Amino acid sequence: MVRTYFLLLWTWTRAAAAYPASFALMNLLGFVTAAIDVAVILVIFANTTTLAGFSRDEVLFLYGAAALAFTICDTFVSNIDRVSSHIRTGTLDTFLIRPVSAWIQLTADRFQITRLGRILQAALVLGYAITALGLDWRRGWMIPVMVLTGIVIFGALWTLAGAAQFVLTDAPEVVNAFTYGSYQLSQYPLGIYARDVVRGVTYVLPLAFVNWQPGLYVLGRDDPFGTPEYTRFAGPAAALVLALVAALAWRQGVRHYRSTGS
Amino acid sequence: MRNRAITPRRCPTIPLYARLVRYGFRKHATYVWAALAGAFTNSVFGILRAYILIALWQARPGLAGYDMTDAITYCFVTQAFIGPMQLFGGGLGLPERIRSGDIALDLVRPAPLQAWTLAEDAGRAAYLFLVRGIPPMLVGALVFGIHFPAGPGRWLAFLTGFALGVVVSFGWRYLIALSVCWLLDDRGVAVVSLVLTTFFSGMMIPLHLFPGWLGDLAAVLPWAAMVQLPTDLYLGKAAVAQTLALQALWAVILIGLGTAGTRAIRHKVVIQGG
Repeated sequence: MVRTYFLLLWTWTRAAAAYPASFALMNLLGFVTAAIDVAVILVIFANTTTLAGFSRDEVLFLYGAAALAFTICDTFVSNIDRVSSHIRTGTLDTFLIRPVSAWIQLTADRFQITRLGRILQAALVLGYAITALGLDWRRGWMIPVMVLTGIVIFGALWTLAGAAQFVLTDAPEVVNAFTYGSYQLSQYPLGIYARDVVRGVTYVLPLAFVNWQPGLYVLGRDDPFGTPEYTRFAGPAAALVLALVAALAWRQGVRHYRSTGS
Repeated sequence: MRNRAITPRRCPTIPLYARLVRYGFRKHATYVWAALAGAFTNSVFGILRAYILIALWQARPGLAGYDMTDAITYCFVTQAFIGPMQLFGGGLGLPERIRSGDIALDLVRPAPLQAWTLAEDAGRAAYLFLVRGIPPMLVGALVFGIHFPAGPGRWLAFLTGFALGVVVSFGWRYLIALSVCWLLDDRGVAVVSLVLTTFFSGMMIPLHLFPGWLGDLAAVLPWAAMVQLPTDLYLGKAAVAQTLALQALWAVILIGLGTAGTRAIRHKVVIQGG
């Protein structure tokens, strides 16, 4: 299964590399596009020293952790959000009759290796923030855990988005509000949002565990909303539950899919 | 008689463009669910961005001459602009038509390509203003409370600035679309345009916050004429005549460049034979 996935990725990469100049340019541009969000953070901190009590480097740390997880999912999973266009054009049927899981095929569908530039950008920001804040391994062991948790959460979100498109064939853009919106939300300390919003993304859609809760532990800070200490470590469990829900939703979607019979 | 069969009933100029505007409107009105989905996404992002600005204005009250409500209003007005101004690029069918060669057909139509496209784009902008522009503003008004322009004079200034902004945005996107003629692949240019437009229009964050020379520069670039200037007219934070003049200047420059570009592709198309 994993082999098939990488074989598909390799196929799409070879196809893209047929135009080497465009290939290099797209990688570079991906890097620059992703840098806009950082530029916005820097502009904000050109006007203030703290945002909701967090310093520039702390915000960059939270941003970097969320961005690394998100861009990895954006590269390797997000292709699944073209489900609705496959349904409309009737090409979904081909995916379903091949002897490989539809999820594997769709996440690798039209894989763009040129998005690696964004992952690199996120990794650089995170690396910078870790150095600038002088984080050590006593609390820093949480960083790889939180990035992995983030990958599972965002991967599950994309899968849910893909599953939702079995129903939302006419307006697939609705899911962008959840996928890209979740990313936008997790770029900043959740301390800036209203209490109810934060409650929602802690207990309903566990976005708080992408970088906020574990990030508070790494930075050694108290939660301004007063959640107990143990929620800092609840991330992996929350991610697992969301992944299960996403898997079930995806299964339901595929099962109830009716071909247009073209 | 034979002639009439080939060029059926030439429309007089004004009704022709009026009809094109209507067609542009109707063409997009077909995809009402897509537009509403876009409105939903713009509203959600409006709320998320508003919290960032609220946190910033809590730390620095009165920053850039805006009070808290001004900042929130700014956020939702700019979200409302995304659809009509096509801030993420595209909106014109030209790149596809250039690649497929259909552009040759467009060039022999009984109206200049640029004016034809502008008329259709104006129809598109009008439709998206209604369907993707108004909902984010309503959401902003309900969730946080926003300012509305006081008095008909302010409304008039804003709507004029908005219309000029749409023309500037069209002028820019038209040039990007024409570049396909020379570059054959528009993805690279489209990304460059996306970066410049989202960052320098003031869509992400008010240009007044940019430090030092970067702020001075950004305020006079064409992208400011798309978002920052009309929004300042909305908020009543800018000198009306001066702002409109700057916008008009950019509209004229970009449309002029577009006209030159159209002339150039006419030759290019003839050479390539379609």
